[in-house]
Amino acid sequence: MILAYIIVILLIGGLLCWLIGRWNPDIVKWIALLTVLTDLALISTIWFMLKSLPISGTWLLDFQVNWIPSFGTSFHLALDGLSLVMLVLTFFLGTLAVICSWKEIKQRTGFYYFNLLWTLAGIAGVFLALDLFLFYFFWEVMLVPMYFLIAIWGDSNRRYAAYKFFIFTQAGGLLMLISILALYFINGAQTGTYSYDYFSLLNTQLDPSAAKWIMMGFLVAFVIKLPMVPLHNWLPDAHSEAPTAGSLILAGLLLKTGAYGIIRFVLPIFPAAAADISWWAMAFGVLGIVYGAMLAFAQTDIKRLIAYTSVSHMGFVLLGIFAFREMAMQGVVMQMVTHGISTGALFLLAGMLKERLHTRDIGKMGGLWTSMPAMGGVAMLFTMASLGLPALGSFIAEFLILMGTFPVNIPLTVIATLGLVLSAFYSLRLMQKVFLGPVTVEHPVKDMSAREMLIMASVTIGILLLGLYPQPVLDMVRDVVQNAVTMRQ
Amino acid sequence: MNSLLALIPALPLAGFLVLSMAGRRMSKSAIAAIGAGTVGIAAIIVIAIAIQFLQAPPAGNAYSQTLWQWMRTENFSCDFSLRVDALSLVFIFIITFVGALIHIYSAAFMRPDRDYARFFASMNLFVCAMLLLVMGDNLVVMYLGWEGVGLCSYLLIGFWYEAPANCHAANKAFYVTRIGDTAMIIGLFLLYNELGTLNIESILQLSVSQFSTGSNTITWIAILLMLGGMGKSAQLPFQTWLPDAMAGPSPVSALIHAATMVTAGVYLIARMHPLFQLSPLAMDVTAVVGAVTLLVAGCSAMVQTDIKRILAYSTISQVGYMFLALGTGAFSAGIFHFFTHAFFKALLFLAAGAVIESLHHEHNIFKMGGLKNKMPVVFYTFLAGAAALAALPLITAGFFSKDQILWYAWSANNGNPMLWFVALLGAFITALYSTRLMLVVFWGDEKTHVTKLPGRLMTAPLVVLAVLSVTAGFIEWPHNLLHVTFFSDFVQQVLPATSLRDGIPEEIIMQGIAVVVTLLGIYSGYALYRPGSVAVDQMKQSDFVMGFRNFFFKGWAFDELYHTVFVRPFVYITQMNRADVFDRINTSIASGSRQLSKWLSVSQNGSLRWYVAGVLIGVIVLFTLQLFL
Repeated sequence: MILAYIIVILLIGGLLCWLIGRWNPDIVKWIALLTVLTDLALISTIWFMLKSLPISGTWLLDFQVNWIPSFGTSFHLALDGLSLVMLVLTFFLGTLAVICSWKEIKQRTGFYYFNLLWTLAGIAGVFLALDLFLFYFFWEVMLVPMYFLIAIWGDSNRRYAAYKFFIFTQAGGLLMLISILALYFINGAQTGTYSYDYFSLLNTQLDPSAAKWIMMGFLVAFVIKLPMVPLHNWLPDAHSEAPTAGSLILAGLLLKTGAYGIIRFVLPIFPAAAADISWWAMAFGVLGIVYGAMLAFAQTDIKRLIAYTSVSHMGFVLLGIFAFREMAMQGVVMQMVTHGISTGALFLLAGMLKERLHTRDIGKMGGLWTSMPAMGGVAMLFTMASLGLPALGSFIAEFLILMGTFPVNIPLTVIATLGLVLSAFYSLRLMQKVFLGPVTVEHPVKDMSAREMLIMASVTIGILLLGLYPQPVLDMVRDVVQNAVTMRQ
Repeated sequence: MNSLLALIPALPLAGFLVLSMAGRRMSKSAIAAIGAGTVGIAAIIVIAIAIQFLQAPPAGNAYSQTLWQWMRTENFSCDFSLRVDALSLVFIFIITFVGALIHIYSAAFMRPDRDYARFFASMNLFVCAMLLLVMGDNLVVMYLGWEGVGLCSYLLIGFWYEAPANCHAANKAFYVTRIGDTAMIIGLFLLYNELGTLNIESILQLSVSQFSTGSNTITWIAILLMLGGMGKSAQLPFQTWLPDAMAGPSPVSALIHAATMVTAGVYLIARMHPLFQLSPLAMDVTAVVGAVTLLVAGCSAMVQTDIKRILAYSTISQVGYMFLALGTGAFSAGIFHFFTHAFFKALLFLAAGAVIESLHHEHNIFKMGGLKNKMPVVFYTFLAGAAALAALPLITAGFFSKDQILWYAWSANNGNPMLWFVALLGAFITALYSTRLMLVVFWGDEKTHVTKLPGRLMTAPLVVLAVLSVTAGFIEWPHNLLHVTFFSDFVQQVLPATSLRDGIPEEIIMQGIAVVVTLLGIYSGYALYRPGSVAVDQMKQSDFVMGFRNFFFKGWAFDELYHTVFVRPFVYITQMNRADVFDRINTSIASGSRQLSKWLSVSQNGSLRWYVAGVLIGVIVLFTLQLFL
């Protein structure tokens, strides 16, 4: 029941924001903050409660009520270690998204927070849904409000970016819908009961070619979200045009739904077909690592640059998933979490810079360390995270992925490892153009405010904790990861 | 003692945390006290541990401490744990002791700087990372330190970040060493894949039974690890970053780019020596890389005019000697040279910093001169350092360590006359440029006026280091002169004893040759650069000589080469594709649909005649198809 509450709280909080925003725009941010904090508290309680309870099996919590029985759909939510980790990340970043919008958003605040909270609800739903119809529903719930966030509160080229984001994601989503329906009918014909439930669809017998095509539908939807080169083009535009909170949620959470989908649905439902294409998937992952890094190196728009680093980092995810090794898969989960935090932090910094300088062009920045030493220090930390410095979470992730993948395919792993060199190129270039070099801004800019300090302090602690003591996360997802990996045998 | 281990890196780390968070609101004296104090206390703890270690060696000849479990998954587990044996003890002693002296010096040297706190924060973080590098009991902790020192080196080279050249130098250092680091981490993956562990002790034990001598796998592993070491230690072909790294403040050059970080590669090879010994090819490569590097860098040092660049090339060259020693199998000799080099090269950098500071940031040695009487303390200490660098026989530390290397370059199991000859040539060049440096800077006419003299806080570390540059060598004598082998006995708890080949000449003859060559080098330097000498001016008339001089001056044109082969193509390709070629596909789908809509909308023109004609044509076409098909 608590799982349903988590989502319902967000939905109601969003509606309240919209309604009350008409009369009193100032109070809505407090409502939004209260909403996400409630959920954060709930999910943290679950984490600590479950740690103390001995639980057998991978599913920690389960909630199921009938929804539309005649279609065979039910409102089925369940939580395992992976969902739990992703939910903690969701509400952690969700809280930051609300706080970082505090001053940035001045128009239609009620509707803004409605969209923000509903996107979060969609994401939470995606991480919890175990009914494919419901999953698809949440998949759309997270898409539409995000579209509004970009299209209304975005930057100058926001319409184009919003359309592009919508069309790409929707194209993938529709393919997934076809696959879901195909699976539904094949399974129904085999068993006689038509159901969208995850556990009944899991046992569908598929002949290899059908499995391949149906899997492709899912996979395309997920790798567009991930994103995989060459289906990544929505991402730089959407990230760079979205408001700060939008970029934070896009990079920190939305991309992770793609990886989550592959681990949750593609590998268990189509183990053989996934194994067949594993070489190609890994190769595309490596391509993404190298290609994204090279693109990032050439960008002049700070948010586009960070966006391309995401493409590069998500390549590691694709590589790690399709290695089918426990260690690599653990690394993938770590990468999902740490990338959410570190890239989220970079987007937060980019947002702060934009508020101060009114530009995203790194050619117009430089020497900002002089006036903003605190922000410079934090930026240094997160550029180091993005190039995989040990002691920060991203290193653990990439290290485990690469070491886990190495025995599976040495040449691909070696090329992927060269991505570490490329990541140094773009990271240091970013640092140099923005914070180092001669001072170019005429008026001294203000360093971080207390509110911004709070935001950056929390992500800093997060990335350091994950880098120095990642074991709680690794333990939490161990069972899920082992299942996902052994499913293939 | 075990529980004190963690304190050693934790103290500088605490200093870093305090200074980076609260440093901007603290007074300069407080900053200096924290910055230098933490490293000083760490040095005292190290000395206490060392005394304990010598008096009552611990079980297994090592102290170790496990702090917490870092990560554990599948079959891999890795703890955050520290281990100190004889080899690490030598390193942590140098890091904390020389580090503390340099911190004390910096307290005065950096005093006028605006970013005093940032300087000490970065220096403290460096000391912490360097300590983790040599204390880590598994390769992952070592890699953490390895990357950490790279970061601090980057931060400190670019310390005066407002000058673009400094930032470029910092970036270059990071990029070049990162390439080596990446090779090294691939080596780690390969090791784990073969042995299933990254714990150093286990690796060293397992490797002997798991790998056959000279097999491909072990050679790959050794070479990959060595590439990492070559990057950090600025060995050919990765040496290009170090001369530029002189953009950082002088204490940084003394600590990072002379005494400690650049010898990380030496530590790595010595630490993993069983792996290298299993691969004759890797050993040969190490020796040859060292030999070539010491010669190439030595030639460049001969013709530089910037005092710090001379010292930088000389560092590359001296680290080359260490690699040569390791490659010939004389592990303890390599570590001994690291030990003495740390003192005299740190001294030279600090003294150079004092000179530069007193002469309004003048770096060009030919604009210095006549400082002998103006700055007596700096002069005498510099003299001690330069003599040690030139390996002046019997009275300097540099002689004892370098003489060993020269001897083993011929006589050790893996040595040969060719290596010895190159090392000998290098010794000649070293003596020559040391003499040149001394004569040009301290003798002759005064060309720039000395405005201020370094204070006590700066000269005291110089004096301590100068004393050590002379005396540190006495703990290890050549076997045929005096039977003092304190140092090699100590490190050979960990490292293998050097075995000699058959059919080698008498050691005393070789020593005689080395001494003569060194003195000849000093004399040549004197002949060329003594005040009033015109020999150099005469040589400069010849185009041939100048051609070589310029080639050496540019560091054998490696920068140009890399720029043409790697940098320019990479930048060109990335700039070409800035707009992302894949986006073309999407935009062409969009523009294609738009074009199609334009064409089709022509038919939607509202004119009835067109519609009727369209319908008729359609009907006719359908009928025709019906008829013919």
